[in-house]
Amino acid sequence: MSERRLAAFMVSPSLLLIALVAAYPIGYAIWLSLNEYSVRVAGLSRWAGLRNYEAVLSDPEFWDAFRTTFIFSISSVALETVLGLAMALAMQAAFRGQGVLRTVVLVPWAVLTVVTAIMWRSIFETPIGFVNSVLGTETPWLGSEPEALIVMIVADVWKTAPFMALLLLAGLQTIPDEIYEAAKVDGAKAWQRFTRITLPLLVPALLVALIFRTLDALRVFDLPYVLTRGAFGTNTLSLISFQTFQQDRIIGLGTAMAVITFVVVMTVSFLYIRLVGGNLRGLAEE
Amino acid sequence: MTKPRTPWWLWLAVTVIVIFCLFPFYWMINVSLKTGADLASSKLVPPNPSLAKYEAIFNNSNFTRALLNSAIVSITTTVLALVIGSFCAFALARLKFKGKFWLLALILSITTFPAIAIAAPIFKLWTDIGLFNAPFGLGLIPPYLTFALPLAIYILTSFFKEIPKDLEEAALVDGATHFQAFRKVVIPLAAPGLATAGILTFIFAWNEFLLAVTLTASPEARTVPAAIGFFTGATQFEVPLGTISAASVVISIPLIVMVLAFQKRIVAGLTAGAVKG
Repeated sequence: MSERRLAAFMVSPSLLLIALVAAYPIGYAIWLSLNEYSVRVAGLSRWAGLRNYEAVLSDPEFWDAFRTTFIFSISSVALETVLGLAMALAMQAAFRGQGVLRTVVLVPWAVLTVVTAIMWRSIFETPIGFVNSVLGTETPWLGSEPEALIVMIVADVWKTAPFMALLLLAGLQTIPDEIYEAAKVDGAKAWQRFTRITLPLLVPALLVALIFRTLDALRVFDLPYVLTRGAFGTNTLSLISFQTFQQDRIIGLGTAMAVITFVVVMTVSFLYIRLVGGNLRGLAEE
Repeated sequence: MTKPRTPWWLWLAVTVIVIFCLFPFYWMINVSLKTGADLASSKLVPPNPSLAKYEAIFNNSNFTRALLNSAIVSITTTVLALVIGSFCAFALARLKFKGKFWLLALILSITTFPAIAIAAPIFKLWTDIGLFNAPFGLGLIPPYLTFALPLAIYILTSFFKEIPKDLEEAALVDGATHFQAFRKVVIPLAAPGLATAGILTFIFAWNEFLLAVTLTASPEARTVPAAIGFFTGATQFEVPLGTISAASVVISIPLIVMVLAFQKRIVAGLTAGAVKG
């Protein structure tokens, strides 16, 4: 077998799978979103043009979910970045405990997202949780707005700030010690070394981590599903779409929401692909 | 270089990080061991620890079946992703053909797809062809593979590229075909890469929730995350939070064991893509 034929043979299972279970469904989703389906008679449908999209875009509940998704993404990613950077700096400075710390910070990453949601319910929900008795309040945390969204953000930050810390720690470790030594010799203070050396050199790792996390946050589904089922101002783009096509079986409308979510996420990820594009070329080179 | 003494504020920072990461999980274990009136107390240690909830969940056939389904789905996905992924990665790392960059870009773009955009059409497709709610969660395996492959291919390609070409070339000179060189020389040498890709794939499949709740509807098909999602609904099936906590602790154990055992590999795999840029 020639080298090129072998390459074609070895690549084809992956390509076939991607074509059948990713590319085709996306195309099919667009088709579904342009039709109306009867809820009563299975298989009965008719062409709807852009009517589903008009309905979605004039639905205030959809816009609430849209807004919640962005508020959630921006606040949780911002908090995770600051907290993750602080954790990464502490981990780098801690010579002895570094191995233990790396294992410890992987625990939140490894805990299932569904379990993370259960965990934070067991912390906030009275009478099992302790938050109200510690604060001396009687807030129904998961039953009011905006408290429920705050719990959701806290849960997400807990689960992913440590992951962020690991990515940033790897970035920190690529900065050569010599630069710091030279700066010390020149009399640069610790804060100056941080703002003039660490931060600028960390930008590539920081950007990649930031975009990775933003894409993930925009797709959030597990947390609002288990915490509140999307009630009390916590419904998100993925969840409202799921509720519409899966639970209510309004397939045309639900897939239209999914397609809009897809477009929103892909717009953001375009930025990501441009940023790591150079990286890809390196891997594809001979 | 001599190691300076660790200052007090660093100890404080390390302690805060450890508590931040571990305390919430400890609290859930604490809740799962409490019974009766103790559940309403915010005591840090269960006054009368009891394993009753653990007994209850292991006697619940819905939960044990979900564990079985999760194991089947996760292991099958991992094995298939490693076989299919290492084929593709070998071609990318070692064979000459055109369009490598675009192939890699296409594969990696899948990681940015929101699962909901795939879930909606696959829900309809699976309903039409009878894979919706398939026993043992078998309907979940094709979409899980699609989402797991990009990361596996990325990690394996990086590993294959780092293996020196000499050994492989020696095998080729001795008359081995490219495929034999791949199977007998490259794969054994890439064992650490296979382990890393395998662990990350397994964790992804064990964790996945959106597709699991979209494509299953009965205990015969549900994986553990889907079962937990189902039992926390505001329906007549709702199970008390304490019992759900016990189930949550049980299903987290395999993952925490993996993290403790393979910490270095996981970190290497996770940071592989993020640092080089």
